[in-house]
Amino acid sequence: MGSGTHIGRVRGLGSAKEGAHHWWRQRVTAGSNLFLTLWFVFAILRMPGYDYASVHSWLQNSWAAVPMLLLIVSVFYHFRLGLQVVIEDYQHEQKRVAAILLLNFFTVATAATAIFAILKVAFGAAA
Amino acid sequence: MASRTPARPRSPHLFSGFLKLHYSWGPHMLVSILHRATGSGMATVGTVLLVWWLAAIASGAEAYATFRNVFTTDAGNLNVIGWVVFVGITYAFFTHALNGVRHLVMDAGAAFELKRNKMFSLIVIAGGFVLTAAFWLYLGMK
Repeated sequence: MGSGTHIGRVRGLGSAKEGAHHWWRQRVTAGSNLFLTLWFVFAILRMPGYDYASVHSWLQNSWAAVPMLLLIVSVFYHFRLGLQVVIEDYQHEQKRVAAILLLNFFTVATAATAIFAILKVAFGAAA
Repeated sequence: MASRTPARPRSPHLFSGFLKLHYSWGPHMLVSILHRATGSGMATVGTVLLVWWLAAIASGAEAYATFRNVFTTDAGNLNVIGWVVFVGITYAFFTHALNGVRHLVMDAGAAFELKRNKMFSLIVIAGGFVLTAAFWLYLGMK
C-alpha cells in the first residue's frame, strides 16, 4: 500500500461502494429532467411574448416559479453528475481533483444565482 | 524492456493508415458521442445562458434588454449569434433528451438487438433535427 503501481495499491480492497449511488441518481434526475424540461419547452412555446414584461409576469406566477426551481435543482444535479464522468475520463491525478472541485464550485454558484433570481422575481411586488 | 518500435499491433487504436478509420462508423457510435457532446454543451453554454436569462429578468428591464440585444436584431428576430447559440442549444436539448430516453430503455435491458439498436439510434439522430425544426417553425409562425 502506498508505493506500488496504481492497480497494486487498490487490489484486494474491493469496490469503492459508490458507483451505484452515482449511477442511480443520474437516472432519477434524468427522469425528473424529462418532465421538467418538457414543461419548460411548452412554457416557452406558449408565452404571449418574449419582451421583459411578458417574461417577468410569467416567472412571477407560482405555477412557473416552482417548476422552474425544481428544474434548476434537477438539471443542475444531473449535469454535475454527467460532467464528473467526463472529467474522470479525460483528467487524471491532481488535475482530476482540481477539475472536480471547479465543477462543484461552478454548479453551486450557478444554481444559487438561478434560485435567487427566481425567488426575487416570485417574491417581488407585482409589476 | 520492450523495443521502442515493437512489431506488434497497438490496441486500441483509431486509425489504420492515413485517416483511414480502423472500424466503420455506425449510428450507435454517433449517438454515443453526440450524447456526451450535447450534454457537455448544455451543461456549460446552456447553464450560463439560463442563469444569465433568469438573472436578467430579476435585475429589471434594462438588464433584460442587454441580454436580448446580444441575440436579437432591432426588429426582434434572432441575429447570427442568436441563431448559432439558441438553435444549437435546442438541437442539443432534443438530441440529448431523445437519446436519454433511449438510454433509459437500454438500462431496462431492452433494445440491445443489433437491428433494433440501430433503428433507435437512427430515430434519435433524425428526431433531434425534426424536433428542433418543429420548435423553431412554431416560434416563427407565432
